[in-house]
Amino acid sequence: MAYSDKVIEHYENPRNVGTLDKNDDAVGTGLVGAPACGDVMRLQIKVSDEGVIEDAKFKTFGCGSAIASSSLATEWLKGKNIDEAETIKNSMIAEELNLPPVKIHCSVLAEDAIKSAIADYRRKRAEKKALQGG
Amino acid sequence: MAIKLPIYMDYHATTPVDRRVIDEMLPFFTDVFGNAASRNHAFGWRAEEAVEHARERVAALVGAESPKEIVFTSGATESNNLAIKGAADFYRDKGNHIITTVIEHKAVLDTCKRLEKEGFQVTYLPVDAHGRVSAEAVEQAITDRTILVSVMLANNEVGTVQPIEEIGKITRARGVLFHSDGVQAVGKIPFDVVKASVDLLSITAHKMYGPKGVGALYVRRSRPRVRLVAQMDGGGHERGNRSGTLNVPGIVGLGKAAEIMRQEGLAEGERLLALRERLWKKLNAAIDDIHLNGHPEHRLPGNLNVAFAYVEGEAMMMAIKDVAVSSGSACTSASLEPSYVLRSMGVGEEMAHSSIRFGLGRFTTEEEVDFVADLVIEKVNKLRAMSPLYEMVKEGIDLKTIEWAAH
Repeated sequence: MAYSDKVIEHYENPRNVGTLDKNDDAVGTGLVGAPACGDVMRLQIKVSDEGVIEDAKFKTFGCGSAIASSSLATEWLKGKNIDEAETIKNSMIAEELNLPPVKIHCSVLAEDAIKSAIADYRRKRAEKKALQGG
Repeated sequence: MAIKLPIYMDYHATTPVDRRVIDEMLPFFTDVFGNAASRNHAFGWRAEEAVEHARERVAALVGAESPKEIVFTSGATESNNLAIKGAADFYRDKGNHIITTVIEHKAVLDTCKRLEKEGFQVTYLPVDAHGRVSAEAVEQAITDRTILVSVMLANNEVGTVQPIEEIGKITRARGVLFHSDGVQAVGKIPFDVVKASVDLLSITAHKMYGPKGVGALYVRRSRPRVRLVAQMDGGGHERGNRSGTLNVPGIVGLGKAAEIMRQEGLAEGERLLALRERLWKKLNAAIDDIHLNGHPEHRLPGNLNVAFAYVEGEAMMMAIKDVAVSSGSACTSASLEPSYVLRSMGVGEEMAHSSIRFGLGRFTTEEEVDFVADLVIEKVNKLRAMSPLYEMVKEGIDLKTIEWAAH
């Protein structure tokens, strides 16, 4: 299958590969997918007190389109506040990377990873507040 | 000497045409263009003569007792269809049961599925962890309604060579016909239809350095004489087994390719075995969590199928884009299901997704093997540095304890 130039570019020069400390209160981690399905994405965000995503990192087990989708997602997340970040849709990723129909699930997985990371961050914050409140 | 890119390591998919084969074919496109069925002039006679010479060469390669046992076809898909449907149609009064294996090529499996719709019963035998079917399982599956057993000589994905001679003894003793899809193995490993008691054998030219679009079916003519119902209607060519004007240049090419294989195939196999072992040793020494798919010994010499855990196969192929290989991951296919051959051997889905098939062949060099080994090692390391699974495993997390959301 022929990949789009944008997929190849992200695949060959992936942005923001790495790991943030998942125990840090400011870090939200999303781990989605399954090894048996051939793709697993881990996406992490570090959020400032003002709710702005200061850093984003990913690691992905999956095909070139999955790696490119997660790389693009981290690029888009950086600098956004988390409410804005939540509006990122898989269709936007698929369109930006010119994903063919059989690869749309890669962009869906990236959206799931973003949502999951944000949810993890919010859960941690709520727990922290509850602790401080108590 | 600088390595020429891209490097071809997908010889199971197809092979380039040997220059010696092309040279013999060329006159049959222009000067000797006659229809082999034209019995009344020199153009036809010369074409027929060339076809009969090719038939002798193919017969010699497979060990047939007579060139009359060779039927030329358009390739192995047609040969498999003709063998299985042709025998099923002819012997349907004798029985309606066919035995095959779960790791056959689709040209066999889907042919059997078609026959099931027509009322035939088909037993799909399982294989062991190395991809081998057992002769005992064949024996146990035979009933008094069984007319045909179809087991491939060697598998196209993992290269496992099947116990054909043992199965042949059983089918012969039980009076059941035995078909084998010999596409990947004929000429490359020691084999002949008499010794193996094979009654029908499919081959194709393009897997042995001949042209695409031409193949043959060996059909035994004595002890037992195998009868088939032709699957195409027409001029009754090939003793009524396969109508259609003969592809004379293609058949000449198949004949020459068979001749070269008969003379050089086994020596070539020894060379390829050494190259394959060289590739495996280099990869195995440098990469942890690497697994050989298929049988360590009963294996095609040019086949190496390896799972690189925690690295997805398609990403791997993209990383080594200057090397043509094939993957057990089927992420590009609509189904997204990984290889049914690996799955039926009990290879986990995640490992099937991480499997790469290296196919070495006539024009593979030691320099290419070394280049590919170094490149694969580098890229596995790069992709593992990006793999959340590898990181988790290194942290001591058992991936099986995680509740993955299947999607």
